[in-house]
Amino acid sequence: MNLTREEEKVLNGELGRGTQAAMELLVAIGDAYDAEKMISISRAHAASSGQEGDLYFVELLANGGARCLVPTSTNPVYDIDFFHRLFEIPSDEAEVARRVMEAYKKVGAILSWSCLPYLTENIPLFGETVAFSESSATPYVNSVIGATTNREAAQSALAAGVVGKTPRYGLHIKENRKGTVLMKVEASLRGSFDYTLLGQFVGEQIGYGIPVLSGITRRPKTEELINFCAMSNTSGAMSMFYIPGFTVEAQTVQEAFQGDVPQDKIIVTDAELKRTWERMQTASGKIDFVMLGCPHYTLKQMAEAARLLEGKKIHGGVSFWICTSATTKALAKRMGYVDTIERAGGSVVVDTCIDEPCWTVYKDKVGMTDSPKCAYYRRFRDVVVAGLEDCVGAAVKGKYE
Amino acid sequence: MKDEETRLKCHKIVGGCGEGKALVSHEPICFYLTDPRTGIVREKTHELAGKNLANKVLVFPSGKASSVVQIDGLFKLKLNNLAPKAMIVKDVETVLIVSAVLAKVPLVNRLEEDPFEAIHTGDTVKVDAEKGIVTVRKNFS
Repeated sequence: MNLTREEEKVLNGELGRGTQAAMELLVAIGDAYDAEKMISISRAHAASSGQEGDLYFVELLANGGARCLVPTSTNPVYDIDFFHRLFEIPSDEAEVARRVMEAYKKVGAILSWSCLPYLTENIPLFGETVAFSESSATPYVNSVIGATTNREAAQSALAAGVVGKTPRYGLHIKENRKGTVLMKVEASLRGSFDYTLLGQFVGEQIGYGIPVLSGITRRPKTEELINFCAMSNTSGAMSMFYIPGFTVEAQTVQEAFQGDVPQDKIIVTDAELKRTWERMQTASGKIDFVMLGCPHYTLKQMAEAARLLEGKKIHGGVSFWICTSATTKALAKRMGYVDTIERAGGSVVVDTCIDEPCWTVYKDKVGMTDSPKCAYYRRFRDVVVAGLEDCVGAAVKGKYE
Repeated sequence: MKDEETRLKCHKIVGGCGEGKALVSHEPICFYLTDPRTGIVREKTHELAGKNLANKVLVFPSGKASSVVQIDGLFKLKLNNLAPKAMIVKDVETVLIVSAVLAKVPLVNRLEEDPFEAIHTGDTVKVDAEKGIVTVRKNFS
């Protein structure tokens, strides 16, 4: 890579060990992709996780004097004090999480602890060059907003945030942003859970690739796009997609492929999405907990959950959780949604991800969720996946049939 | 019988040098779905299910799954001295590069021959990422 004199200085450690470690990582990535140079970024999102790998790198940077040069938001870890009051968390795990959160504060990150920073705390504009990690964030920012980011890891995004730069490769180059697979959507896509299933199916089909989805005639809603992004970038590695006419960079299929529309296409039918759903189901009957908010629930989803729980009582044998950001919870509280959910026996928890060690109390239990991503990481004995309405219904009855 | 040794050029992604028995996977790998206390792959449907990747030279197409878990998975193996000695991949992706940098596992790609033809599980493989050389020794005995 050709580095400027300033960049060489950072790499040689003249500005401290923290930024040097960050630059070493960026140069390793740049070299691997044959990037010619670094380019400036305007913001970053580090998918912090409160786990050992995360701790090692953020402390290396923070203790080495590095500070974020551009706005850099953070992903959920978990609300340590809140969980400590409820159940036993292994003290070494809690210590890792506490140190991670301290180190992100020290490095000057935005302490959003949210996986949807692009909605509230750290919003890119069309055409911005950014470094956003997190499953839903990368494809959302590239496709729905039209900023450019690669499929970053927490550490490469944080490194970019403290150096203010990223290697020029991948999706920062226009030619690499063209569609690779044509998918004709014949499925009716009636709501946000259908987009979850669509994401699961698309990810499984493409692996690494940029799908162009034709045939969608109704404008997708924000939450539908979030779910689609989160799932397709978990079951596969989808950094970008096109829904011509609705996502910003291409109005037509032709434009999405930059001219070369492929002959072959994958057809997505209702039957295909139904089979995708059936493949996920491994349990039924009695459930011990319901976990929603992976990705974090938006205000609209909080309203929907509150509406479904209004006047209901969650079954005594079921714990009911919704994860969201501190920002969204504050507003949902003001709107009365949190009170409704709590009156029904549910809890709204902030700063927390479903994939964190704070939930070990449920590891031998059977749960239910509207997020296949929650089921994927096998933190629990078994997880039933279904839409929000089914989850609420099962929570009230204590079982899913 | 005499062992046969082949030297192949490769492209360094993460530096260092590692030697061990080869373990070949034709499917992408998520390190989070291995047991951090043993190195055994616990993803039931994976072709390496039940196999141990600790201290092996791992040959695989690419990484998979979300960045958070991939990095933590490899890092935990490293903390327990159970990480692969080196990794040879076909496709690089940012998350795998970061995982390898953090866990200090040598990582190379662009082997001058198809790695799945040149290397088989059980071969003794030395990866010298610094020199860009992979040495493969077939064990016939």
